[in-house]
This record gives sequence, C-alpha cells and structure tokens, in this order.
Amino acid sequence: MRKLLLLSIIVVVGLVFISRLFYLQVYNEEPYSLYDDNAIRKVYDYPKRGYVYDRNNKLLVANQPSYDVMFIPREVKPLDTLEFCNLLRITKEDFINFYNKAYQYSPRLPSVFIPQLSRIEYAVLQEKIRKYEGFYIQKRSLRDYQTTIGANVLGDIGEVNNYIIENDPYYESGDLIGKQGVELSYEEVLRGVKGIKFIQKDRFNRDIGAYKDGIYDTLPQPGHDITITIDSELQEYGELLMRHKRGGIIAIEPSSGEIIAMVSAPSYNPNLLVGRQRSRNFSKLYTDTIAKPLFDRSLKAQYPPGSPFKVLNALIGLQENVVTTEEKFHCRNGYYLGSRKLTGCHSHASPLAMNGGIAQSCNAYFANVYRRIIDKYDKPHDGMDVWSNHLKSFGLGDYLGYDLKIGNKGRIPDGDFYDKWYGENRWASTYNISNAIGQGEVEATPIQLANMVAAISNRGYYYTPHIIKNIEGETIDEKYTTRNYTTIDKENFEPVVQGMFDVYNSGTAYSLQVPGIEICGKTGTAENFMNIDGQRTQLTDHSIFVAFAPKDNPKIAIAVFVENGYWGSRFAGRIASLMIEQYINKEVTMTSMENWILTHSLENEYEKPYSGAPFGINRESALQVIDKITKDTVPNPVTSLSPFK
Amino acid sequence: MQRDHRGLNFDWITIALFLLLVGFGWLNIMSASHSGEITNYFDMSQPYGKQSVFILFTIGLIILILALDAKFYERFASVIFFVSMLSLVGLFIFGKNVNGATAWYAIGGMTLQPSEFAKFATSLAVAKYISDLQTNIKTFKDQIKTIAIIVLPAVLILLQNDAGSTVVYAAFFFVFYREGLQQIYLVIAVFLILLSVLALKFNVVIASSVAALLIFGHHFLGRKKRPQLIQPIAIVLLCVGVSFGITYFYNSILQEHQKDRISLWLRLEKDPEKLQQMKQTILYNLNESEKAISSGGLTGKGFLEGTRTTGKFVPEQHTDYIFSTVGEEWGFLGSALVILLFVALMLRILYLAELQKSQFSRVYGYCVASILFLHFMINIGMVMGLIPTIGIPLPFFSYGGSGLWAFTILLFIFIKLDSNRINEW
Repeated sequence: MRKLLLLSIIVVVGLVFISRLFYLQVYNEEPYSLYDDNAIRKVYDYPKRGYVYDRNNKLLVANQPSYDVMFIPREVKPLDTLEFCNLLRITKEDFINFYNKAYQYSPRLPSVFIPQLSRIEYAVLQEKIRKYEGFYIQKRSLRDYQTTIGANVLGDIGEVNNYIIENDPYYESGDLIGKQGVELSYEEVLRGVKGIKFIQKDRFNRDIGAYKDGIYDTLPQPGHDITITIDSELQEYGELLMRHKRGGIIAIEPSSGEIIAMVSAPSYNPNLLVGRQRSRNFSKLYTDTIAKPLFDRSLKAQYPPGSPFKVLNALIGLQENVVTTEEKFHCRNGYYLGSRKLTGCHSHASPLAMNGGIAQSCNAYFANVYRRIIDKYDKPHDGMDVWSNHLKSFGLGDYLGYDLKIGNKGRIPDGDFYDKWYGENRWASTYNISNAIGQGEVEATPIQLANMVAAISNRGYYYTPHIIKNIEGETIDEKYTTRNYTTIDKENFEPVVQGMFDVYNSGTAYSLQVPGIEICGKTGTAENFMNIDGQRTQLTDHSIFVAFAPKDNPKIAIAVFVENGYWGSRFAGRIASLMIEQYINKEVTMTSMENWILTHSLENEYEKPYSGAPFGINRESALQVIDKITKDTVPNPVTSLSPFK
Repeated sequence: MQRDHRGLNFDWITIALFLLLVGFGWLNIMSASHSGEITNYFDMSQPYGKQSVFILFTIGLIILILALDAKFYERFASVIFFVSMLSLVGLFIFGKNVNGATAWYAIGGMTLQPSEFAKFATSLAVAKYISDLQTNIKTFKDQIKTIAIIVLPAVLILLQNDAGSTVVYAAFFFVFYREGLQQIYLVIAVFLILLSVLALKFNVVIASSVAALLIFGHHFLGRKKRPQLIQPIAIVLLCVGVSFGITYFYNSILQEHQKDRISLWLRLEKDPEKLQQMKQTILYNLNESEKAISSGGLTGKGFLEGTRTTGKFVPEQHTDYIFSTVGEEWGFLGSALVILLFVALMLRILYLAELQKSQFSRVYGYCVASILFLHFMINIGMVMGLIPTIGIPLPFFSYGGSGLWAFTILLFIFIKLDSNRINEW
C-alpha cells in the first residue's frame, strides 16, 4: 500500500485545486463586466448640454467652460508655495490641507485641487501652471445663464449624489445632473449621452493604450436643446413686481396649457448656483428658513384659496340645478343660521343674484348655494362627494401632472373626510360652511388656481399645465395636448364668466380695470395663522387674485398670491392686472398702478412675527413705502449674494 | 503494453503531456510578457522570444538524452551528482546575486541556475544509492546516508539564500517511503506539521497539551500491556521541546518576509491596521493574482485579452505567477485542464515507475513524480492563496531556461530509462 501514498495525495491535491478554482472563478465571481474591471480606465467624453430657450426663442441657458485645478499628489515637486497660494488666493494651511486630503484618497489618482476657477483666475493661472509639476487644469462645462430671472423655472445642475450613483448606472461620481426646475425635469433630454473610452491601465495606474484598439468606445451624443413655454419678458416683469413681497404668480395660456410665467418670490439669481461659490450660496439660500427662497411658492405653497373658490361653487350650483342665475339671496352682513351668524360679510347691496354675488363676493350668497349643493342629497356625505368630484375635475385636490418635479396636492375634502372628522353622519353642511367661500378645509396651490381659471376661461376644459414647448428632434408628451373636461356643462359657464367680468366692471376689482382689455377676475382674501411662541396667532390676510383675459378667446389665465397682502385687489389684483396688460399689450400704460406696486414693500409685515414687538394685523396704515424698484435695483437681501467672490 | 521494439519504444503519452504543457506554457508566457504587437516569436528582447529559443534548445537536449545509453545514467550517477554539487559550491565564488539569492552563473548574456539541475542529479544519486544491493533503507545507518545525499544540496542551496528551492528536497520523503522507510516516520512527519501549526497559531501550551493528549490516548487505549509511563512522558517532553523550538525558529531564525508570509497564512496578525498594511505590501502579488484568476470566470477572457495580464497587474507573472494568466485568459475550463494535465503526467510517471524492473529506474521515476508534485502543489497552491508564498516555478510553464531544461532532463532521463525496461532482465 506504500505505492498509494503519493498517488492519493496527488489526486487529492488536484481535486482541492480544481475546487478552489471553481470557488474563485465560477461560484464566487460575478459575470465579468468591462465597467467593473479596475484594470480598465473609463474615460468619459461629456457631450454639450442642451440649451434652453424661452417661448420667443430667446436664449436663457447656455454653457460656459469652467476650469478645475487638478493634481496628482505623488507627482507634485517642491514648489514656491507662497506664490502658488497667492495665485489661487488660498492660504498655506489650505494648501497643506487639500494636499493631505487628496494624498489620503490616493497619491496616484488625480484629485480636484481648486474647483471651478473664474475666467479671470484661469487666465492668470494658465500661463504659470506649467511651473508647478503635478498640477494641471481640467476643463469642464458649466451652465451659463443668459438671464438673472427664473431661477425656480430653470433650476440648476450640480454634482450627482451617492444615492443616484448607486441606483442609476449612467452616472459616475463627479457627473453633473439637473437638481431643480427644467434641468431636473428634462435631465435626460438635455444631458445627451456621454461617450466612453476604455483605456488599459498597468499596475501603476498608468495608461498603456486603448483597450482592444477602442472597439467598445462610443462617441458622445449631444443633448437636445429645449424651448420652454415661459415668456421671459413677462417672467421678468412678474419677478420685478413681486420684489419685497412673498408669494407666487402662475400665468397659463388657456388654449394650450402652456405656463407663460411662473414667479416665486423671493427668488434669487440663477447664476448664484454656478461656479466656485455654488455650495456656499446654496447653503445660504437653503438655510434661510424664514424667507425660504428655494421654496417654489408658485408650485408648492398650499393656501386656502379664499373667494376665487366662490365661482366654482356657483358653477356647481348651476350644474346641480340647486340655484338659478336669477334667484336672489339676502345678506345681513353675514349668513345666519337662526340667530347664529355662521359667516360674516362686508357691506354691499342686498339681496343679490348670482352675477352680483360674484361681483360683490357676497359670503351669504355662497353660503346659501353651498348648503343647497350639500343638502341636495339625503345624506350630507353624498352631497359632499358630488361637490368634491366636481371640484376635482378642475384639477384641484391632487397633483396636476405638470412636468416639473415639485408640487402639492392641495386639499378638497369629501364625505369620508368629514365622516372621519366628526363621525359617520354626525355632521351637516353647516359644519363646514367655510368651504363655500374657500376658507374651511379647502386648500390649493397657485398653479391649481391658475389652471382652474384656465378651465373656466375655456368654458369647461383645460390642458395639463406644462413648461415644455418644444424638444429639438422630439415630440412632447401627448398628455399636454389632450383636453381634460370638467364635469360642468359648457352653458353653465357663461353666467359665471359674466360675473367675473363684472368683478372688473362694477365689483371688487373695479379700480383695476385695464383700458382696452376685457378682463374677468375674482378677488380673494385668506385668513392665515402662525404659531408664535406656542400661540396660534392670526397674521395679516393673504391677498389673492385670479383672472383671465380677454373674456372671449382668452390668452392668459393668471393666479396671483401675495402673502399677508391683506385683501385681494390690494396687491394680488394690481399685480394680475399689470401682468395681463404687459402680456397682451406688451407694454404697461397704467403707470400709477405700476408705481404703487414698485414703491410698496411688505418686508415689515413679514418681520412682525420675528421682531418680538407687539403688532396688529390687517392695518392699512402699516404699509411700508420704499424707493421705486427698477430692474437694476439690488433685489431682496437673499439675492444679493454674488456668483463669484 | 505492446511496445515498439525498434528503439523508439518511448512512452508517447508522457511525451504528449510534456509537449502540451510546454506549448500551453509558452502561449501564456507570451500573453504575460508581451507589450504591444507580437511580430516575431523569436524576439530576443522579450521573454516569450527567449522562451521560444529555450524550447528549441530543449529539442536538442531531448535528442541527446534519448540517444545516450540508458545504463549511462546509472553508471555516471555519482559523477553527475559530484559535478552538480561542485557547481553549487562554485556559486559561493562565482555566483551572481539576483533578488538577494546567489543562485546564478552569468555566462555571457545568459544566466544558469545550478540549483535547478541539482534536482535531477540528486535524484540520480538517490536512485543509485537506494538501488545498491548493499543498501537497506530500513536500517538507521542507511537512512542517515540517504538523507545525507539530499541534505547536502539542500543546505548548499539554503546557504545561497534560495529557501524556496530548498523546500523541494522534502519531495524525496515520498521516495523513501515508497522504498520501505518505516511508517513511524510518516506519523512523526504529520505529527510535527500539526505541532508546528498549533504552536504558531495558538501557543506552546496548547500545542503541547494536544500532543500529550494524543500520545497518552494512544498509549493507554491502544496497548493491552501494562502501561508504561516513562516512554510517553519522554515523548511529551520532546513535544514541548519541539514546540518551543518551532516558536524560537519562527521568531528568531526566519527572516522577516518569511515570517510575514507564514503569519498571513495562519492569520496570526490580529492588529487590523497592520494586517491591512501587510496585505497591501506582502500579499500584493497574491491579491493581484487571485483577482486575475477570479476575473477569468468560467471561460476566461481569451488569449491575449486578459486585462490584468495586459496591464501587468501581477508582478512576476511570466515566472512564478504564470498560472494566474491561465486563470484570467482561459478561465475555469483552461485552468482545470492544466491541473488535469499535471495530475495525468504525475500519475503516468508513477504508473510507469511501478512497472520498472530495475529498482534504480523505479526509484528515479518516483523522484521525478515527487519533485514535479512538490513544484505543482507549492506553485499553484501559492498562486491561488492556499499555501504561504514560496517562490518556485511551475514546471514546463514558468519562464526560464534553467528551469525548463532541468525539468526536461529530469523527465526525459526517466523516459529513456523506461524505454529500456524491455531490455532489463
């Protein structure tokens, strides 16, 4: 048996080796991929990012080269640190700091030393960089905003985060990606497809040539240019009017659903988020939790809609046949249930039919209509559901489906909502009578209000609002060219439209008439509260206004929301009228109205809750007068950050 | 087996296996050492070009070996051994130092490594001595003399600082065992290995305790006679001594890099920071070679297509780490084939050795199989991370003239001896 010792050991060792090979190569190994092979360097060739044009083909966003100072720590030779630091405007401590950090990351791989030099810094450094071994300049492409407006629309690009890197194989660390606005919504269209080169490395990480002579390499495909629906002149005008105010404006073209202006105030210069100061500026904007310049009020701010909601109740009343256009309701400075006053009202002629109810914004009129709608059915639950479904057909109470990635659902209560609140069948229309006048539980965002107005102006349908007008070489989503019909019949719109027209003719917006343009509108005022030191404190009302013009063949539907602007026609109404004139006539003749807006600020109103001093609300006298704002005035404090140091 | 009687009755199976291994090895050397386009297979500036020439040279060598009379090798075994030992001694005077080992003669532009040739010389000497009618391997005196034959080259090579090649001489143990060395040596060998691992991995106390338990257990349970105490106690004391000896050997005699290799293999280093550092430095080759092998997958990336091979990620890939090229470019299928070829070759030699009528041929055949086996086991085991790093070449595969020629001589002397089997009485 001595013969067998070596023989069996040989066989055993052979088997062990084959098992080990099996473990290493078959069992333990993921399928081979060129992308995961760290012997192959992947060099990406970034395509030109698509340009962004406004609806009149004005270039809004282009690209600019940017220059990063890169270095390979191991290759750095002793240098005149003082001179170098002076050139880059850094301290010697910074230098040592950057160097050590990069060295720890890898002494052999390139690291960014100083990102995104300005053109001037680049020009100075370019001639001298050769003196500093191991350093070089790498060109990148950044956004170049041709405008200072529309930060919330245009958005910005920034370095991709780890979550995306892990979940989207397209992105590599250091890639730029759309972060907000259309940059985010149309990222895939704008970015194009990057090209890739596979390069064989050796073990010292040096390139030794193209992998397989480049048969797997691809060329970059340039990004598509896009045209957005924004009218940059109107946008700019809207942003000007909204300076020193907070709130949002949405203007929609009813015949297409195109968003022609989308203003959120306060705003900031989009150039702030480009270049070396990006992260510093971003954190300043981000940490301003009082003015919240990064919060897009036009899409996200959810407020009680106030009186504009009344026109919807009028429409539902007609559709449900619970009221006629002729029937009049009394108003005794409010709506009474027995001797209990459920809702107040201001002084106006009484009794009023529908037209007057809308024009004078009579609370009592709509309280009556609302109760009839809800009480039409045996159970208020069913009436509530019918009411709710009509409202939802206007795009309220849910995401609208527009092509920007932020928004809010708003809130339209239904029967179940109140069942949960009060208990099944333990409530009646009088419990939520505030819904009649857009206060109670209903909430909407400015874009929902604008869309609702567009639907009214179209007499019964709307196109889903959208920001994209045209993509170079592609067609836009079909859903933006499809009509969404409301549940209200066409003929029921006419009396309501007439009522809104009379808001301008004889009603609450009488003073806001624009010569030569037939505007239909509706004022709104919404109470609002804030928690100050644990106390629910009422603040000055929000000023709301919705309008469309012209009355027939409307070109613009608009919703304006000014926080703490007091009453509807005071700030929001003026701004809406000016915007309409600007858009339709391309010039503003109502200079005194314009002057009023440009010389009045609400900043002191906004400071009230934070100043600590006792304050009153809803006071006409408290209005702050300022020097007239022009395009060139340095705007709100948050926007005074500079793009470059 | 029917053999050709007209003088060409060589074992063609062995020769075929040899050719396959050398041919496949050459392809892999080409892959591991080329840089850029391969225009000339005999490009003397490139290792693969040189290897082509070495292989051509080998053909002449084979013809010469097979042409000589089979009796020549037995008759001149002592002389060949003497000359070989002389060449080893000569290194101390004329040797050229490469990588810390004085193991080469530089002749013109070429280097020769006499330790490679010492293997077949020692095999001849061992075969000659054991097959001597006067020799009885079962006697202690003859065991000492036989061991002296292998200790001499082993020590000379160790003194040249070529510890890897020294280890190969352990292969002769299999030969002695086959020829009648007592079973107890096998037991002691296994026991010593176990004891060493325990002593290093844990400590002397645990190693000694385990040893004592085994010995007493065996002593009391296995014997029916009245148990004696003195003998087992003496053995246990010896074990304690050996454990201390091993620990001392490890701590004080082994060089730093040898210690590190063993330390990593037995996972002795506990400090994670130092371990990480060791892995990046000492284990660098192994890490890279394992990665290269793993990345080959089932079918490999294809000839000349290995990215880690092309990038020369594995140092010494065309010599000691040649098997990682096979792993990366030919995958599991190719690597397993190489292992099967080696196993087949070794088993074939053992089979033929057992057929030999002369003891000299049989012993020599065993020497060939054992030496090939040790190289095979250590080299491939090292490249796949199964045993600590010991730098010896993979026979027929690794780049290098001395190695290729020495293994060719080693193998073909046996083929010649085997072909002469029919002529023996």
